[in-house]
Amino acid sequence: MAKFEVNGRSVQNRGPDDAPLLWVLRDELGLTGTKFGCGVGQCGACTVHVDGQAIRSCLTPVSAIDGMKVTTIEGLGAGGVHPVQAAWVEAQAPQCGYCQSGQIMQAAALLAANPNPTDAEIEAAMDGNLCRCMAYVRIRKAVKLAAGRGPRRTGTRKAEVRS
Amino acid sequence: MNRPLIPDPSRRRFLIAAGAAGAAFGFAASAEAAVSMGPYSGAPAFEPSLWYSIDAQGVVTVNVVRAEMGQHVGTALARIVADELEADWDKVRIIHVDTDPKWGLMVTGGSWSVWQSYPFLSQAGAAGRIALIEAGAKMLGAPASACIARKGKVFAGKRAVSYGDIVAKGGLRTGFTDKELAALPIKPASERRLIGGEFQARDIPAKTNGSAMFGIDAKIAGMIYARPVLPPTRNESKVVAVDESGAKGIPGYLGHLVLDDPSGTVPGWVLALGDSFIAADRAVRALKVAWENGPTAKVSDADLEARARALIADEAAGSLVVADPGVEAAFASAKQKVEVEYTTDAALHFQMEPLNALAFERNGVFEIHTGNQWQSLILPTLAKALGRPETSIVLKTYLLGGGFGRRLNGDYAVPAALAAKALGKPVKLVFTREDDTLFDSFRSPSVQRVRMAFGEGGRVTAMDHAAAAGWPTEVMAPFFMPKGANDRPFDPFAINGANHWYSVGAHRVRALSNDLANRAFRPGWLRSVGPGWTNWAVESAMDEAAHATGQDPLAFRMRMLDGTGRNGGSAPNAVGGAKRQAAVLSRVAKAAGWGGKLPADVGLGLATTFGQERDMPTWTACAARVRVDRKTGAVQVEKLHLVVDAGAIIHPDGALAQMEGAALWGLSLALHEGATFRDGQIQETNLGAYTPLRMSDVPDLRIEFVDSDHAPVGLGEPATTVVAPAIGNAIFSAVGARVRRLPIRPDAVLSALKTA
Repeated sequence: MAKFEVNGRSVQNRGPDDAPLLWVLRDELGLTGTKFGCGVGQCGACTVHVDGQAIRSCLTPVSAIDGMKVTTIEGLGAGGVHPVQAAWVEAQAPQCGYCQSGQIMQAAALLAANPNPTDAEIEAAMDGNLCRCMAYVRIRKAVKLAAGRGPRRTGTRKAEVRS
Repeated sequence: MNRPLIPDPSRRRFLIAAGAAGAAFGFAASAEAAVSMGPYSGAPAFEPSLWYSIDAQGVVTVNVVRAEMGQHVGTALARIVADELEADWDKVRIIHVDTDPKWGLMVTGGSWSVWQSYPFLSQAGAAGRIALIEAGAKMLGAPASACIARKGKVFAGKRAVSYGDIVAKGGLRTGFTDKELAALPIKPASERRLIGGEFQARDIPAKTNGSAMFGIDAKIAGMIYARPVLPPTRNESKVVAVDESGAKGIPGYLGHLVLDDPSGTVPGWVLALGDSFIAADRAVRALKVAWENGPTAKVSDADLEARARALIADEAAGSLVVADPGVEAAFASAKQKVEVEYTTDAALHFQMEPLNALAFERNGVFEIHTGNQWQSLILPTLAKALGRPETSIVLKTYLLGGGFGRRLNGDYAVPAALAAKALGKPVKLVFTREDDTLFDSFRSPSVQRVRMAFGEGGRVTAMDHAAAAGWPTEVMAPFFMPKGANDRPFDPFAINGANHWYSVGAHRVRALSNDLANRAFRPGWLRSVGPGWTNWAVESAMDEAAHATGQDPLAFRMRMLDGTGRNGGSAPNAVGGAKRQAAVLSRVAKAAGWGGKLPADVGLGLATTFGQERDMPTWTACAARVRVDRKTGAVQVEKLHLVVDAGAIIHPDGALAQMEGAALWGLSLALHEGATFRDGQIQETNLGAYTPLRMSDVPDLRIEFVDSDHAPVGLGEPATTVVAPAIGNAIFSAVGARVRRLPIRPDAVLSALKTA
């Protein structure tokens, strides 16, 4: 039985250990901000952070994250608004919004690792995230807005852990 | 052209109902139905199509019947009301309502929302403003004529009373007669304070923090999960046997269900049931179902194309959408002629949120929780499937994780409802991506033939356009089909665009329903519908004709966009007619540097359309700049420049977002998306094979709006219609290769290069 942390809370999986993290988050933990898109790791809608790295939760069995720390879109702002989320609103990036949790998690991981990415680095990091509304112009703009705003972190803050 | 109805405000009464909680404002049903339903007789008489209310705190709540699927439609519509009402935008709330007969027709598509709503939302807002000024004036002891309304207050000089206080005191008039309504002063454009300004969309913050609720997020205690085991054909398959021995050991497996569907929506369906989605998903893989295949199990693209060509070749077939006299005479006496065939492959919706629905019965009402674009269309089908009246079924409203026309067809709600009825408990049906694709109502492949005749000086004397495809409206909403000149019905959403605004002499447009396509799959409405592919033919043919007659493609088009005869336009929606199309075309050509010098193997191509339909023209033009690799046939789009005249713009930033997305859809459909129909099914079921545009494919995108006070028209789709032909024409300009099939694949460019 895999044990891990989600947004600062300890979780013990009660279902099969080969269950994809996505469905445990959505159906067991009620964290529906992480989305099901393609189920094969090619659209990015299910992107979450595991120990700070962006991963595709639809392909990740919970057994593979035993002892690790998961952050979802609900935990990203840690009680406030993460700079990437603020940039997303400022750029008015979302249209239907369905892919945007994954886009934001991908961008937050990119900027945590590379605070000032070039256009090519943004494309390389974001190309695995499909936006069917094709809001790419604004997604790119939002990444750049967030990149201009100093240090950030993608982990969960203490306030969230206590809550 | 037929469409869902613009309410005619001149035939309605406007009511104000004061109550303890505040005051409600809306149009009331009159003895005479306020909208003409055309050939659709199944609709109820018009009941209040819009209600907004103001409470004692001054909060204005606007009810929106349109679905939110990325267009920020609630924001735009509420802004129209709030502007005329002189409301305080910070105190305006938006509610997307569940289905109820009182809302009348519920449909979100066609780029219609703002265009259809603007006239009566403006009037509703104005009526409220007048009523509030009258009542506020009494409270201030001033004549109404000396009072004005601003930002949620009525002012007499410097003294003011808030809308909340006016509503709390009561004394608002109870309504406006038809005559009073018609005389209401709608503000001139110069007095608009909210329309056209800079503001953020209300739906966006929730879409950045995980709190936005889409249909797939709906849940209720005690629900079980289901995933479909899909039959080999969309129609006409029958279940022969189900072997569940392999599924029985799956933890959480709760059995399977062979659906018995009185509505005929999901023939041959089996559902795998589980206590979690994972269990239902795994059970689908383990169940062995034997079917009696439908008769279309061996149908492939080549069969569909052959049928389309046979229909086109039979000059007696089809519906005549444009039928000028003298077409054959013009061809007989022509100095020169061209005849060209254009084809398009199937294209998938691939909306990011896979289809899903949660269904259950509660307090005698069947509730369907799902995102949907055309609730009024699927309710009668659900009633038939469930064997109960529409009045005891409600569709609960959620955000749509992409619509693009897929959710105009609510067929996915039916199996969830059938299962919930059969099992007597809530059922949450979730499709995988592959299920979603196989069950898509995709854009039908099409074949089109265009003939043009030329007289002296390369003047066009006749144009004959025949288009064959599966017809979504025939299959799903035949009551929406108008009749052509030969009295045969046609699907406007499979031919609009061909009835263009060019003056081409004798014009004939023939629309053909591909009956084999209609049987082999369920054709769907896909973003920009007919104009998304009819203009591939029209605008490619215009270019081919210009080159064939030795004319500049820009000058050739401008000469025909002369605004004469039926192309002169009419008030209120098409003031100026083709002259406005000429204006956006010449502006985009100038901005893109038409006629300038370009590097080797780089070309500039033009295309222009009127958007979705003649009754609601959105004047659109595109210049595409491409670079073609002669060795590989690869086409790189370097720049897309678009100019659009959509009348007054309600939400400029939202309008720009729609133009950006629609233009990139056009690019994606031109180069990146195309599906294969083989042996009765779509073959590309996920992203490994079906490859919509990604961020790195986005070119330099320049979009300009024409400043205008004309009636606002649609913006969700028009940009999609111009991009593919502009790219095709640019490829010809770059390397002399003419491509005639969508999507444009490198091998087609290479083969065209050989004959260039």
